[in-house]
Amino acid sequence: MRRIISVLMENEPGALSRVVGLFSQRGYNIETLTVAPTEDETLSRLTMVTIGDDHKIEQITKNLNKLIDVVKLVDLTEGSHIERELLLVKVRASGAQRDEVKRSVDIFRGQIVDVTSNMYTVQVTGTGEKLDAFLQALGEHTIMEVVRSGVSGISRGEKVLSV
Amino acid sequence: MELLSGGDMLVRALQDEGVDLIFGYPGGSALHIYDAIFRQKSIKHVLVRHEQGATHAADGYARSTGKPGVVLVTSGPGATNAITGIATAYMDSVPLVVISGQVTSDKIGEDAFQETDMVGCSRPIVKHSFLVKSAEDIPGVVKKAFYIANSGRPGPVVIDVPKDVTNPTDRFPYEYPEKLRMRSYTPAGKGHTGQIRKALALLLSARRPVIYAGGGVVQGEGAELLTELARTLNYPVTNTLMGLGGFPGSDRRFLGMLGMHGTFEANTAMHHADVIFAIGARFDDRVTNTPGKFCPGAKIIHVDVDPASISKTITADVPIVGTVRSVLADMLGMLGESGEQPDQSAIVDWWRQIDDWRERHGIYTAPRYRTDGGLIMPQEVIKAVHEITGGDAFVTSDVGQHQMFAAQYYLFDKPRRWINSGGLGTMGFGLPAALGVKIAHPDSEVVCVTGEGSIQMCIQELSTATQYHLPVKILCLNNQALGMVKQWQEMQYEGRLSNSVYEESLPDFVRLAEAYGHVGMKIEAREALYDKLTEAFSIKDRTVFIDVYVDPSEHVYPMQVMPNGSMRDMWLSKTERT
Repeated sequence: MRRIISVLMENEPGALSRVVGLFSQRGYNIETLTVAPTEDETLSRLTMVTIGDDHKIEQITKNLNKLIDVVKLVDLTEGSHIERELLLVKVRASGAQRDEVKRSVDIFRGQIVDVTSNMYTVQVTGTGEKLDAFLQALGEHTIMEVVRSGVSGISRGEKVLSV
Repeated sequence: MELLSGGDMLVRALQDEGVDLIFGYPGGSALHIYDAIFRQKSIKHVLVRHEQGATHAADGYARSTGKPGVVLVTSGPGATNAITGIATAYMDSVPLVVISGQVTSDKIGEDAFQETDMVGCSRPIVKHSFLVKSAEDIPGVVKKAFYIANSGRPGPVVIDVPKDVTNPTDRFPYEYPEKLRMRSYTPAGKGHTGQIRKALALLLSARRPVIYAGGGVVQGEGAELLTELARTLNYPVTNTLMGLGGFPGSDRRFLGMLGMHGTFEANTAMHHADVIFAIGARFDDRVTNTPGKFCPGAKIIHVDVDPASISKTITADVPIVGTVRSVLADMLGMLGESGEQPDQSAIVDWWRQIDDWRERHGIYTAPRYRTDGGLIMPQEVIKAVHEITGGDAFVTSDVGQHQMFAAQYYLFDKPRRWINSGGLGTMGFGLPAALGVKIAHPDSEVVCVTGEGSIQMCIQELSTATQYHLPVKILCLNNQALGMVKQWQEMQYEGRLSNSVYEESLPDFVRLAEAYGHVGMKIEAREALYDKLTEAFSIKDRTVFIDVYVDPSEHVYPMQVMPNGSMRDMWLSKTERT
């Protein structure tokens, strides 16, 4: 099962490598990973998407918690949550293609953030599924370069992950 | 406030932490620290002959005392040589603080001379690590390092110190922090009362209970309480390789070790148990055999200080996260208050069954090895040493057949007496560990049980024994081959002995010992075994290397059937299977 685990950790050098190292060391799988400091600069927030059964996820959360640099973590997929990913894509767009691409961007509520005579750079945010659908709609042959941020997430409602 | 250089701060912080002993080896990046050590009196430094020896010696010191062992090495090869010892300590949850020199901060990342990324190299095998960025951080880092190493589930902590941080001319105010607050680290304390109550009820309802106690009972100072619980309930106890001594080996409730080379009665009782009380143990693959076939009818109570150990390989029915001591104390308290007792007739029947198993194949009811040949049997060597030392020696071991024979036949009545690399299985551990134990317990008998293979992996430490006058006994069960490897090759590879024999290349250990200034003895004749051993153990002021030639064809039994065997599937001899 796909899980989104959100981790608050000390913003210390080496902290990220401990998290990543744990995953490779124990054979856990990382689908996506995002990390940045929070409003409290001593803390970083890391979000990762991983796949595993309940037993594996339990081991992952336990072992993450064991890392000295990890302050708190939550499995966002245990409750209702919001997840977003940012996609930037360079798309071939010349002649009739330009309108076609523009229409797709509008449908997916994306934005064209850079333009040349042959190309658009498009930004889309949403769930991973939505971004997949957008890329599919564009079609393989129009896509020149894709970059995705990986998933960021936050729980719905009043629940807060903080120290 | 006093102004100190980084090097002096480091040493002062160690003093403030109560450290009186360091095992180490100097080198370029650590020289400022070494100079600070030279200029003080309270910390003794033991110069080993190889950094691996330093880590194992500190490890032996830590396991035998319960205090963290301290290691100091230089950067690069000094640091990487320490890696095996750090991994050994990590696998067995031993508190170590390993300080490694590092190249100067401005050179880090430039492939400088003797540079290695120690924090990176050691990352998967440490509980935590620090790279010290500035001398002012030293007191706080040292305080944290010791706290982390020795609390919760203990483990090794690395402090990597760039040389410029210890520069003698840069001085900073020194103050050792009295208190420590770490928001990201709160080791488990007491167990959940409701869970403990549930566990006790389950335990009391058992008709075929087994207490399965691991190294956590030894490390967590829970041996006395566990013994009280087992005796109060009259329940059988089996120990893991790491847990030996956590329950008295001479108590009739002791079933012996369990697992791959566990006793017939321990493994069979586990298989048939209806309730297993696992405490300070981690269901290691050398214990469970095939997890899918593990103890099919048992409800499992699992107590551990490390939540990640619980339900890792075997799912617990009643998990309890907490220190072994507090959980046992709570349980005994509840038991006393309630006055409840297990079903006595069921327990009597269970003991009758266990005694029958003991009678049939138990290694303590009759010798399960050849007694009519002319050759010395390794089992009888350990039994003789047990007798001669009154069962009260500190016994360290290396890894292989001799380790299993020692674990099976030297019955420990006290915790912290059996010191071996159970998790990582590090050959070369025994001798340096014995030196570390001897320094901590100068008046006690310390025996390193080893083989002619393992001893050669850290044999250079014979020189350390000379320098610091550490009169340990080295008991080499010499079977002229890598015995355990050979056993597997004979059992599973149709006897193809691929690289497990030395082809007449073994050194003369007697002369080798003498070359280092020790006493060397060789025992070949079976009839002379006991007298010669007695003579060797009567020597108290010299290191004695006792090279005992044992039956080279002997295997360790019982041995669980692999792969796909259950707990009770065992080879009992070369020809006999359960």
